[in-house]
Formats: sequence, C-alpha cells, structure tokens
Amino acid sequence: MIAANGKLVALTGNPNTGKTTLFNQLTGSSAKVGNYPGVTVEHQVGALRLDRAGPVRVMDVPGTYSLSARSAEEQLAIRAIAGLQPIERPDLVVAVVDSTQLTRNLYLVLQVIEMGLPVVVALNMVDQLEHRGDEVDVEALERELSVPIVPIVASRGEGLDQLRRTVDDVLATPALGLPGWRGTPAGPELELDIETVALELPDDWWQGDTNRRRALALWALLSVDIDDELNAIPDSVRRAVLDRRALAEVGGREIDREVIAGRYAWIDERADGFLTSAPEKKTLTDRVDRVLLHPLVGFATFVVLMAVVFQSLFTWADPAIDAIESLVGTVGSTVEGALPAGFLTDLLVSGVIGGVGSVLVFLPQILLLFFFIGLMEDTGYMARVAFLMDRIMKAIGLHGRAFVPMLSGYACAVPAILGTRTMERRRDRMLTMMVVPLMTCSARLPVYGLLIAALYPPNEEAPFAQGMLMVAMYLFSTVIALLCAFVLGRTLFKGPRVPLILEMPPYRIPHWPSVLRMMWQKSRIFLREAGTVILVCTIAMWLLLSFPKSEVEPGVDAEVAAGLQVRESYAGELGRLLEPVIEPLGFDWKIGIGLIGAFAAREVFVSTMAVVYDLSEDEDETSVALRDRVRSQRRPDGSPVFTPLTCFSLMVFFALACQCMSTLAVVKRETGSYGWPVFMFAYMTVLAWVSSLVVYQGGRLLGFE
Amino acid sequence: MKTSLDTLTAGARAQLVAIGGKRSFRRRLMELGLLPGCEVRVVRNVEVHGVMELEVRRSRLTVRLSEARELFVEST
Repeated sequence: MIAANGKLVALTGNPNTGKTTLFNQLTGSSAKVGNYPGVTVEHQVGALRLDRAGPVRVMDVPGTYSLSARSAEEQLAIRAIAGLQPIERPDLVVAVVDSTQLTRNLYLVLQVIEMGLPVVVALNMVDQLEHRGDEVDVEALERELSVPIVPIVASRGEGLDQLRRTVDDVLATPALGLPGWRGTPAGPELELDIETVALELPDDWWQGDTNRRRALALWALLSVDIDDELNAIPDSVRRAVLDRRALAEVGGREIDREVIAGRYAWIDERADGFLTSAPEKKTLTDRVDRVLLHPLVGFATFVVLMAVVFQSLFTWADPAIDAIESLVGTVGSTVEGALPAGFLTDLLVSGVIGGVGSVLVFLPQILLLFFFIGLMEDTGYMARVAFLMDRIMKAIGLHGRAFVPMLSGYACAVPAILGTRTMERRRDRMLTMMVVPLMTCSARLPVYGLLIAALYPPNEEAPFAQGMLMVAMYLFSTVIALLCAFVLGRTLFKGPRVPLILEMPPYRIPHWPSVLRMMWQKSRIFLREAGTVILVCTIAMWLLLSFPKSEVEPGVDAEVAAGLQVRESYAGELGRLLEPVIEPLGFDWKIGIGLIGAFAAREVFVSTMAVVYDLSEDEDETSVALRDRVRSQRRPDGSPVFTPLTCFSLMVFFALACQCMSTLAVVKRETGSYGWPVFMFAYMTVLAWVSSLVVYQGGRLLGFE
Repeated sequence: MKTSLDTLTAGARAQLVAIGGKRSFRRRLMELGLLPGCEVRVVRNVEVHGVMELEVRRSRLTVRLSEARELFVEST
C-alpha cells in the first residue's frame, strides 16, 4: 500500500543514469503506474519506509537533461520537480547522477537546486568510475554543492541504506539540502531580463519564495518560444520573455548561451577540485560499436537480429499460446457442462470465456516483444538502432528515435502509440501515431496464419514457404508504413525537419528486474486497453450472430439449421448489405460477417469465421478443422471461395485496414479529438480497399484466380 | 583553421567555436555541454548513414552531418 498522506520524494536525473533501476530498488514491488493530474503522461509512484519519516511516496520523474522545455511532455519535469499546479509539490528531490559523466549531469543538479527544494544527490555507477580510473572527491563535491551526496551502485543495491538514511535526515531537517543558488548566472542585463519576467509570474508559481521566483523566470526565459508547445504559460509571461529575447538579440546577446554557459562555467571552474580524470582508453563500448555501427556489418547485424527476434517470437510463444488455448477450452467446456444449456450459458461460454481467451492468447507474444525491446533499451542498443535508422527515418521527416515506437507496433499499436509521448514535437508524434497501426501487430498473426494455411492444399504444408510469406507480410507492412509517413509528412503534417541529437550511452549489462518490470507494465497496458474493447466486441458479435433466432422445422439437419441461423441473423444481414462493396475485392458475404467482427478487433475474424462456418467456438487458427472448412467453402456457382487470389486480397486488406477499436480509442484519448481517430480509420480503410481491389482485379487481369 | 564539424574524420579533436541552426537545436546542444570553447572529439563519421558521433564531456552524442555543418570548430 502507498500511503496517500506520506511525504513525497521526487526522483530525477538524466536519461541512462540508472534512475529507474534505483526507483525499482527503493520501492520494490510497491510501484503503481498512474497519470499525472491534467496530462496523460504516465508515471510511477512507489512506497518507501523510512525510520523517522515513516512511509513516504517516491515519484519517478521522466529522465531529462535539463528542466527547460519545448513541449508539454518535457514541461512535466519542471512541473513535477517544482510542484507546479496541479502536481503536488515534492518534499525532497533525489537527483540521480551518472558519476562517469559528472559535469554534464551536474548541470541538471544546479537547475534542481535553484528551484528551492531540498536536494539529495545519488552519485550512481561509482563502480564504473573506479573501473575507468577516474576519481570523484565526494567531500569536495559536497562542499561545493552544499547538498548531501551519497555514492551508490543502484544495479547492485550498494549504498542504498546510506541513501535512505540521508533522505530521512533531510526530510527531518530540510535545510541540509537547501543550499540556495549555486551558479548564479550573472551580468546586469541578464539580471534585468530575469527581473522583468519574474514580475509577470503568477503568485502560485513562486509561492512567496523569491529565489524560486528567479529560478522560474530563468526557466521561462529558456523555455518559452514562438512555436513552443508548452501548457499553461500566461500570456503576460510569454510576452515578457519574447520581448526580452528580442531586445537581447538587438544588443548582440544570446540569453540561452549566457545562462547555460554560466552554469557550466560554475561547474568547470570547480571541477578540478572534485574530479580527477584518468587518460582515455579504448573501452568495450568502442570495440562493440566498431562492429555494430559499422556502415555495412552494423546494418546487417541489425537486420539479422530483428529476424532472430521475430523468429523466436513465434517459436518461444507457441507453447504458451497452446497452453492458454487449451486452458480456455477446458474452462469453457467445464462451465458448459456444469450449467444448464441455454442462452446465458451460451453467452458465458462463447462470448465471455471465448472473448477473454482471444485476448489472452496474444499475451505471450506481447510479453516477449516487450522483453526484447526492454533489453535493447537497457543495454543501450536502442540508441544504435536510432543511429542506423536515422537516414531512412529522416527521408520521411522523422528522426531515428521514431523507429522505436514503430518497433513496438510489431507487438501492439496501443502501447506503441503511448510510446510516442516521448517525442518532442507534436507534429512528429501525430505523424508516428498515424502510421504505427500499419505495422504488423500480433492481432494480425492468427488471420495470416489461417489464410496462409488455406493457400496450401491439405497434407501439403510447406513450413518454409509459409514462413517466408509471413516475413513478406512484415516487410510489406513496414514499407507501407514508411511510405504513408512519407506522404503524410509532406502533406498533412508539413513541418520543419527535426534535428537529431542522440546520446549514445555505453553498453551495459541489463538490470533484469527493471527489464521484466517494464515488460509487464507495457503488456498490462495492452491487457487493460485491448481487453475491455475486445471482450465487449466479441460478446456483441456473438449476439449479432445469435439473433434473431431462425425458425427451424423439426427434423432439419443440424448443419443446415446452423447455416440458416447465420444467414438470418443480424450479422448475416449486415454481411449481405456489405457484399456489393467487398465483392470487387473477391470477398463473399460470409467473409463480410468476419470483416464486421474484425473491425472491432482483427483476431475476432478467426473466431467469427469459425461460427459462420459452423464450428464450435473454441476453434482457432491452428485447428485443422477450420482450415479444411475454409478450403472447402464454395460459392453458389460451385467455385471455391478461398482462391489464392482471394487469400492474398484478404491478407492485404488485413495488413492495411484500421480494424482495431482499442487503437482508435487510444488515439482519441491521446489527441483529445474525434477528428484524428476518424481520419485514421478513413485513410487506412480506403487504403486497404483500394489495395485489395488492385490485388484482386489486377490479379484476375493477369490470369490468376 | 576554422572548419565546419562535419568535415572532421574519426579521431580528430577540435575546439568548438560557433553553433548555428535553430534555437531549440542550439539550446539542446549547449545544455548537453557542447558550448563554444569546449573540446570535441570525433568518435566516428559515417557518411553512409549521414551521421557522426562526438565525444564531449565524456559523453557521446550522435548528430547528423547536415546539422553538424552548422557547427564550427578550430583544430587543436
């Protein structure tokens, strides 16, 4: 339990400093994911018990190099650390510092100290410092900063007891961590800039503390810009900043540089007193990067690595998927046997249990993919991916980092869309969000699995060719997503090119608990978002297929009766209504029913087709029965429904159509408008329809069937 | 001799003298410690990928060659 009224400790630091590892070490399994009030950025809060302060809450602030901000997301750091409304003001800030990159990390520490909150510095990775032969004189640094400094090795849990004690001490005696301003950026003109802006700040920002007022004025001077995307900046502040900056420019000054250089000058003047650097030597990172960032070998390695990841996704997840399926089947039949036959039992077994099952089968693959992504992040390889992908991403107006959410899109678009929150510009975020659902997510796999199987006659399975077809679908979706980003980036989302500034952290051994926790958190997002929507849609589809009940003459064959039920149900009617639109793509009305179900969630297609073709509900894509049933479907004229061409056309349709309510719901929430999900739905559906039409009609013209 | 940063090859060291480009780009670079007057080492310059990796203050940053063209250095 996290006490609601305990003291609040904020954890801040540069990216790649082991901040999250420290958070996990301090809070153990108590961490809960929540949203910051007023914004949809998630953060973690965990509990920590201290001897004197009792239960305190620890809040993980997004990693940042500086408190200055351009976007609402970056602005979170200042809001969380300074405790600007509506975020609660922390009682203490722990600044996590990578001791191997001390001077750059101290820049953020100075900013945090300026805000006038008690600070404790956690000097992390001191083991690697020693390994390199560098030395930090902790006492000397403590004297300069006048805040308590605790050397730690977060990944091994070293120094954490001392850190807890120090936090406890400072919570009891806040003055210990409140040194007042350290590197005051000086100069009479800059002083005037600060004063002018400070006068315009709302009272609730500075809360009667004049030091804090100066700090926030300085923050505004660095952050506000003509085209920034900041929240809740009063117009008067905005005007004051822009006026002062214009004035400075006329006088040949650059406020940004004066402030930033001022802070760094303070650090550099003192660095000799607390930092002794050993001469540089070749590191393991140098040797590894020589291969992984090699123009040719590096790129090839990346492609091979991705292939291995996807391959293992299938082979490793398969047993788990089978287990879940048989479990759901057992539960279903147990419930069916225990309850009297009837409508409610039907609903429970086919609708609820089947629906939950259809969500759960994705879990193994999603867990695995997020495990790999977490591993790539934690070892530092993700920055190398961004390095390798930048040229391609730049061509479509994004930068290499944007490839990361696209990678998550291979698992599920929902967490991938949430992952775009880290992007600096709204335009980049929107653009990425719009194309992520085109990536081959795991919900498409059962559909592809069924259709690829149907392409081959029974007993003539060709695992290699089938596997290659699957790979081709991945490639197809990636290329189309990049092409769409290219087109959208030049039309709807025109904007200046985003410069790339990418930190290349040294390679590190992953901290397994952090990787596993991240994997679970992302997967939980999927379960929560997709779970509810898919469950509701499966039940709705089941109802549409079951009503109105068709009247069957006694004595009629059961199979015929079931066929009649499908034909006369609401779903059957909708399917026939849809037939004229989808006939040019090679689909009949029964496929139409499947498509209606699939518009809620793609995988519902498989279970719907099982119902349509009168098979029990627990059939799935691997069941031989459904495959055979699909192969043997005939049109009224006796020709087979699932010709190779129809299968291809259907696969292309599934690759491109926006058939996922959860994605649309998340886009609505993230953009705050109905316009964007409607646009996404429209452009993807049109794209899918036209592409399938081209495949089917073009194929027929070329003489395929 | 003053040259733009993108012309330097792997292993070269130079002193940064001027940063050009958009304000947000300049500000971010400066906040990472890439200030005029500081020493920069080129870790790699990969023309194929259009990017170069720099070492500043013991940390490594990748920037695009097209953007490094606006950073000026003097060789030391």
